[in-house]
Amino acid sequence: MSDYLILIPLFPLIGFLLNGLLIGRLSRPVVSTIACASVFASFVTALLSFIELTNMPASARLIEQTLFAWIPVGELNIEFGLLVDPLSAIMILVVTGVGFLIHVYSTGYMSHDKGFGRYFAYLNLFTFSMLTLVLADNFLLMFVGWEGVGLCSYLLIGFWFERKSATDAGKKAFIVNRIGDFGFLIGMFIIFWQVQSLDFAEVMARAPHAFIAGGTLVTTACLLLFVGATGKSAQIPLFVWLPDAMEGPTPVSALIHAATMVTAGVYMIARTSTLFMMAPDALMVIAIIGAATAFFAATIGLAQNDIKRVLAYSTVSQLGYMFLACGVAAFSAGVFHLMTHAFFKALLFLGSGSVIHAMSDEQDMTKMGGLKKYLPITYWTFLLATLAISGIPFFSGFFSKDEILWKSYSSLYGHPIFWVIGVVTAGMTAFYMFRLVYMTFHGKERMDDKTRKKIHESPRSMTVPLMILAVLSVVGGYVGMPHIFGVTNYFEEWLSPVLAGHEPPTHALASTSGGGAGTEMLLMALSVLLVLIAIYTARLFYNKKPELATALRGKLTGVHKTLQNKYYIDEIYTAVVVHPLIIVSIGLWKVVDVIFIDGFINTLALLYDGISQLFRHAQTGRVRSYVTVFVIGVVGILGWLVMR
Amino acid sequence: MESQILTLVTFFPLVGIVLIMLAPKDRPDTVKGVALLVSFVTMLLSFWLYSMFDKVANGMQFELNVPWITSFGINYHVGIDGISLLMIVLTAILTVLSILASWNSITERVKGYFISMLLLQIGMIGVFCALDLFMFYIFWEVMLIPMYFIIGIWGGARRVYAAIKFVLFTMFGSLLMLVAILYVVSAYHGFANEYSFDILKLATMPIAYKPQLLLFGAFALAFAIKVPLFPFHTWLPDAHVEAPTAGSVILAGVLLKMGTYGFLRICIPMFPQATITYLPYICVLALIAIIYGALVAMVQRDVKSLVAFSSVSHMGFVMLGIFALNLQGVEGAVLQMINHGVSTGALFLLVGMIYERRHTRLISELGGIVKVMPVFATLFMIVTLSSIGLPLTNGFVGEFLILIGTFKANMTYGVIATSGVILSACYMLWMYQRVIFGKITNPENEKLIDLDWREKGILIPLVVLIFWIGIYPKPFLDRIEPAVRSLLTQTNMVREDIGEPAFTVETDGSLSGMTAEDVNLNSKGEVHE
Repeated sequence: MSDYLILIPLFPLIGFLLNGLLIGRLSRPVVSTIACASVFASFVTALLSFIELTNMPASARLIEQTLFAWIPVGELNIEFGLLVDPLSAIMILVVTGVGFLIHVYSTGYMSHDKGFGRYFAYLNLFTFSMLTLVLADNFLLMFVGWEGVGLCSYLLIGFWFERKSATDAGKKAFIVNRIGDFGFLIGMFIIFWQVQSLDFAEVMARAPHAFIAGGTLVTTACLLLFVGATGKSAQIPLFVWLPDAMEGPTPVSALIHAATMVTAGVYMIARTSTLFMMAPDALMVIAIIGAATAFFAATIGLAQNDIKRVLAYSTVSQLGYMFLACGVAAFSAGVFHLMTHAFFKALLFLGSGSVIHAMSDEQDMTKMGGLKKYLPITYWTFLLATLAISGIPFFSGFFSKDEILWKSYSSLYGHPIFWVIGVVTAGMTAFYMFRLVYMTFHGKERMDDKTRKKIHESPRSMTVPLMILAVLSVVGGYVGMPHIFGVTNYFEEWLSPVLAGHEPPTHALASTSGGGAGTEMLLMALSVLLVLIAIYTARLFYNKKPELATALRGKLTGVHKTLQNKYYIDEIYTAVVVHPLIIVSIGLWKVVDVIFIDGFINTLALLYDGISQLFRHAQTGRVRSYVTVFVIGVVGILGWLVMR
Repeated sequence: MESQILTLVTFFPLVGIVLIMLAPKDRPDTVKGVALLVSFVTMLLSFWLYSMFDKVANGMQFELNVPWITSFGINYHVGIDGISLLMIVLTAILTVLSILASWNSITERVKGYFISMLLLQIGMIGVFCALDLFMFYIFWEVMLIPMYFIIGIWGGARRVYAAIKFVLFTMFGSLLMLVAILYVVSAYHGFANEYSFDILKLATMPIAYKPQLLLFGAFALAFAIKVPLFPFHTWLPDAHVEAPTAGSVILAGVLLKMGTYGFLRICIPMFPQATITYLPYICVLALIAIIYGALVAMVQRDVKSLVAFSSVSHMGFVMLGIFALNLQGVEGAVLQMINHGVSTGALFLLVGMIYERRHTRLISELGGIVKVMPVFATLFMIVTLSSIGLPLTNGFVGEFLILIGTFKANMTYGVIATSGVILSACYMLWMYQRVIFGKITNPENEKLIDLDWREKGILIPLVVLIFWIGIYPKPFLDRIEPAVRSLLTQTNMVREDIGEPAFTVETDGSLSGMTAEDVNLNSKGEVHE
């Protein structure tokens, strides 16, 4: 019985079609009911498939459904096929589960917006695309979802289309993602060229024969796929679209730009881990890019004052962790962090949405403060998520981040430097998150009176999802506790059939028998200590003695300005890529088209015209001149005949 | 009946032409009604053709071959394979939509206009049916005249310049083609001791390498101008900008395909060795067209000329796919010919709808349209996405097949061409943003009225096709495949013979003992032994 898999993406698609085609004709409650119910139905179906999986023997956990032949041309035979295995099961549960909560939250958040119907249509379309992405059983169908979520992201970032900044951001997201897709496509072409198939199962089975492990081809293919991932998952150098994406409605930021879509790159690498294991050089690049992004984005996060931008850079940074995990071949740890991050980052975004909602759409933290007493539910849930992302022991983020840190040290593909970068980033994360909490919820109230009067806690439709996500942020990590706690890591075990043989071998120093457990404990303690120091510093700077922060800022104006302006990356890209491209294009048009080609053609025409003008004089139409010429001619010929 | 059906589909519009000629001058609605009805029946006939087409069979179907001018071996020879079938259906659909789109915009010389449209349709379908080079050439030229009038009479401000430019470019190419046709025919006379213009017969004749090069060049130039391949494209933006909406739709939707169709039907099967020799040059020009067209499209100020340059880019993809000379590439190219007709046709229709309301196509004059015309904005979005090649729209399937085919044939070409997918997103989305999104800055845009039922009726069939081909392209691919296979079998034999890609003079069994240099092109008949 596997015919029901199609229902998982189909429900949101139906929701999209209903809300999209009947736009303006349905009342708001009907619209939101259709939207939420469709995602909930999809969640229930996903749960069913999950249960079915758990009832199967561990090695045979796989449900497949092939719908129809999509593009059959010669040896290329691409089918519309879906697949649920332990990996995609986790993904569909996260997408539909967190997605459903965000849909419910949106009914409150968007209740006054005139684009209500359009919003939910897009949101359902997104859910459909994301589910297609994770359920696809081949590269090309995954690419369908991949582009589909990109489209929805574009539409939802530019949702408030009258704002130029919003439509600019949407366009930027789409185009930057297309640059990544360029890599994805070519990676796919190399795979098809070598393996003659794009079906995941076939590619993974044939890859060991089709490619030389560690060879140029497989490394290139993996790196190109990774280029695709850097676009979708906002890694260096293609991360620039994600901070701008905050122009969209906040629940969208939570769903698309934190919990689900941006993690697609991580999912893709985990899905094709067999290939990546054959390309250690590619893995190293991924680890380096991941670590660098984690660090780099966190530094920017330190100096942002827009509450959503802090979270955006934090997302970029956390995604960096996930890639670091993939890069050291700890795919399971990467997916684990993907899941916990989905919980706490969705919660953080939704919480910030609740704050923005209360603050009459103000996003600048310097105009907030002291909101704790006005928004108790938002505050407490937000704090729990902050503890989770900071990696405070026994919250979900602690387990997943710690596993990544440990693997980045202990894996054969790891390196102590990765661990150091990871830990320093963890410290910065704790710092900017608590900076955010203190600036927003504690201290002096810095808003104007008009805003203050309107502050209110959000409606139930918004707070209930916050509370559910808070519970998940706290307990979500217990499924994957480290071995040193003497328990089974259920998460790793669950994923092991899909990522079989991929658990990274550890080097001798870190093996459990050779005192590895002690090392792991020590490293864990160090990171927790650093996090605590960071939190204390944040408290000092932004709560107890704000003058310290001001003084420090005064001393480091240059650094602060660079961070606040995000290292001027956008400006650099504009100057180096965008402007030259436009200037070259205008040049091509005005020079090649107008001057060269048309100039040549028109000159030819003129030349022809000139010659014709010359002969035109012969055609005067006057009989007299014709006779004259005639006489001269006759005389001339006769004369010549006589003279000869 | 079956052997007459192609003749019926081709010449049925004649009924309309006669009726319109008889109609009184002061009854424009009757004229429009007749034109619409006749084109609609032609479309139904084309659907019937599609339903009767045997998708498994190889070779030509519905063939009819009767002597016409016997002394020169000119026959009335028609027949179609899957490629021509789909092009005929596309032509028939676009003609109906074009006539509907002209409903309110054509007020002057109504009779002449609709006669031109129907005559154009005869020419277009005729080209796709013709299996005799003489007929092919006649239909080819027949298309030119009504199109010249449509641009030159019912066009915009610079219509005369544009119309003459269009005709001169095309004529230049077709004259060379005529010379080449006569040469091939006389060569065949030397080979088989009979005159024949039959495309299928002529393709069986071995032609020596050097004359092949010249002949291919002559045909290819005619076709490349039509495609249009860089650098022969400059007539296109002018023609598009000046042509009335329906003219642009037919021009982009069908006439450009004549070029690529010519390569598939004539150049490649008749001159396979020359094809291999020219292949890298054509591919490079196609790549330039892809990138160049996209870049120049990006900086256009007029929406129509933006779409025109985007056509240059898209047709570059088609050319590249054809010259990948493998199953994926060529099938993708044929599908992309259909796709480009659908998507670009729809784009021109959309631009025309805005133009009828605002009498401008300048991007800077528009903006914020979504607020007053949400249905228009939605349909425009769908068509834009199809033009960008988003998965589940038609554009993706074609582009993907072309790219994967090209990549198999030549990795470098494949990589360069793939960068086109980034650029297409740039110019289309930027244009869409400036036209549709933002605040309404121009007060004239405040009072625009959204699409009416006629306009929705024009666009919806195209939107249905966009998704149909995007989601379930199998019926189309199935019909294209046999035709492409037979084309490739021919060229692959040649490729194996000559040990591709290097070409050696000794090419063919029939040429043994004779080098290409020995063949004097100026003497007739001796091009082969």
